[in-house]
Amino acid sequence: MIRILLAGQGGQGVLSAGRFLAESGLHEGKEVSYLPAYGPEMRGGTANCAVIISEEEIASPLCTVPDVLVALNSPSFHKFASRVKSGGIIIVNGSISDSYAGRDDVSVYDIPANDLAIEAGDVRAANMVVLGALVALTHMVEEHSIINCLREKFVGKQNVFASNERAFRLGIAAVAQK
Amino acid sequence: MSKILLHGTEAICEGAIRNGCRAFFGYPITPQNEVPEYMSVKMPEVGGVFVQAESEVAAINMVYGAAGAGTRAMTSSSSPGVSLKQEGISYIACARIPCVIVNVMRAGPGLGGIQPAQGDYFQATKGGGHGDYHLIVLAPSSVQEACDFTYRAFDLADQYRVPVMILADGMIGQLMEPVELPPMRDLSEIPEKDWATSGHYGKERRVLNSLIIKPEELEPHVNALQETYNEIYRNERRALSYRTEDAEIVLTAYGTPARIVKSAVNELRRRGVAAGCIRPITLYPFPDDAFAACAARSCTKAFLSVELSLGQMVEDVRLAVNGKKPVYFYGRTGGNVPDEEEIVRAALDALERAEADQ
Repeated sequence: MIRILLAGQGGQGVLSAGRFLAESGLHEGKEVSYLPAYGPEMRGGTANCAVIISEEEIASPLCTVPDVLVALNSPSFHKFASRVKSGGIIIVNGSISDSYAGRDDVSVYDIPANDLAIEAGDVRAANMVVLGALVALTHMVEEHSIINCLREKFVGKQNVFASNERAFRLGIAAVAQK
Repeated sequence: MSKILLHGTEAICEGAIRNGCRAFFGYPITPQNEVPEYMSVKMPEVGGVFVQAESEVAAINMVYGAAGAGTRAMTSSSSPGVSLKQEGISYIACARIPCVIVNVMRAGPGLGGIQPAQGDYFQATKGGGHGDYHLIVLAPSSVQEACDFTYRAFDLADQYRVPVMILADGMIGQLMEPVELPPMRDLSEIPEKDWATSGHYGKERRVLNSLIIKPEELEPHVNALQETYNEIYRNERRALSYRTEDAEIVLTAYGTPARIVKSAVNELRRRGVAAGCIRPITLYPFPDDAFAACAARSCTKAFLSVELSLGQMVEDVRLAVNGKKPVYFYGRTGGNVPDEEEIVRAALDALERAEADQ
């Protein structure tokens, strides 16, 4: 069982990234749960979601102590970094956040997600960059499962699909360079 | 059939539509807005009716009318909105009209907050409106159950001619999980209602009414309702017990907190504490038999009710345990949800208190 907490600002695609992850797990025949938490705002405010992927039945859908934290901005990085399980992983959007977690029992990956998303052709795809990094680090789902979800989601929007896929692959590559 | 990923709110809608719901009336309120949103798209597709009413009061009375005419009808709201519906629910219960009411609970009292809570247990199970009546109350704890229980709710409502409430917490509404959807039921399979005010067409005159002015007529009517509730109590109590056979401490919770409690039970077992839990599925009728069975075991030292309230279901637990064992309580409010470790600590504390009190 792996518990992931994805957090950021409303509008950064935190919830979409979580859904891609959960959908991919489902397509691979695993047990999944996805629990979002967000304020009343469409943009701004805070958004996070807990995604659990497991081989067995999932009891609690909460993610109080995540195995992995994916933080898309600085406030969520600092809010949740202390909660990550000892030995866990933190992926932080280095383009707009520092990466000092104040502890040395977790592995922190500083991924310049906004910069890589711009390189991929769409700054809004920063969520896909960190998702790429997450999949490359944990192998919790297959790369092609995420790509299939993207294709399904952006059917008829070839350009959007292409930039998101590029962003996802840049995220994978960013981890390989670390 | 393969599973699909759905929100709890969407699963509720699918459960309803697939068992013949063809009329939905609602008014927006967080955290259940996805229910009317989904219904507004789906109802026209299946030839049903969707109305965004001018208020919750109007919506429940539209249910009264549509269900009275024999259609399977539903309304949905969240705590403050469900309070507004109580007058209508009491009328519907008195007129013996089957329908389904969904409450995706948020934190109260008052307008409260929009995060998950379970503070409406009393309102749902003890009769939130006036007079001697009950609803059947079902408490889903997964997205699959949100679908299955809503599907089942329509059959229960028709069978007993009582309104059925789906009492979910805000977490179930937002949670996404894989769901296997039941097949779409053919409307012709649903038993005909020989009491419905579905038009005269040469039939005998039918009346559905909740005004029964003569005491000598109202008392037998209320007694007949009570007989139905007794029958429901005998037939429909449901609970799931987990590792209670040798449990020293029996935890209990319903809805999503029941899943956190289950995780806590597993953690307590890992630490060598014989813990188990009971998850009520029907809140009315309350599954007192499951609790009585545990209370009768010599291994069981204490019960602990865990709720997103300041102690409501715990009263029914105490009635069921009937003084045989101490019953303790742990609750959070305001939209806060206890984590596994908090519940583990509460359970250890309850065991300690039970031993000290002996």
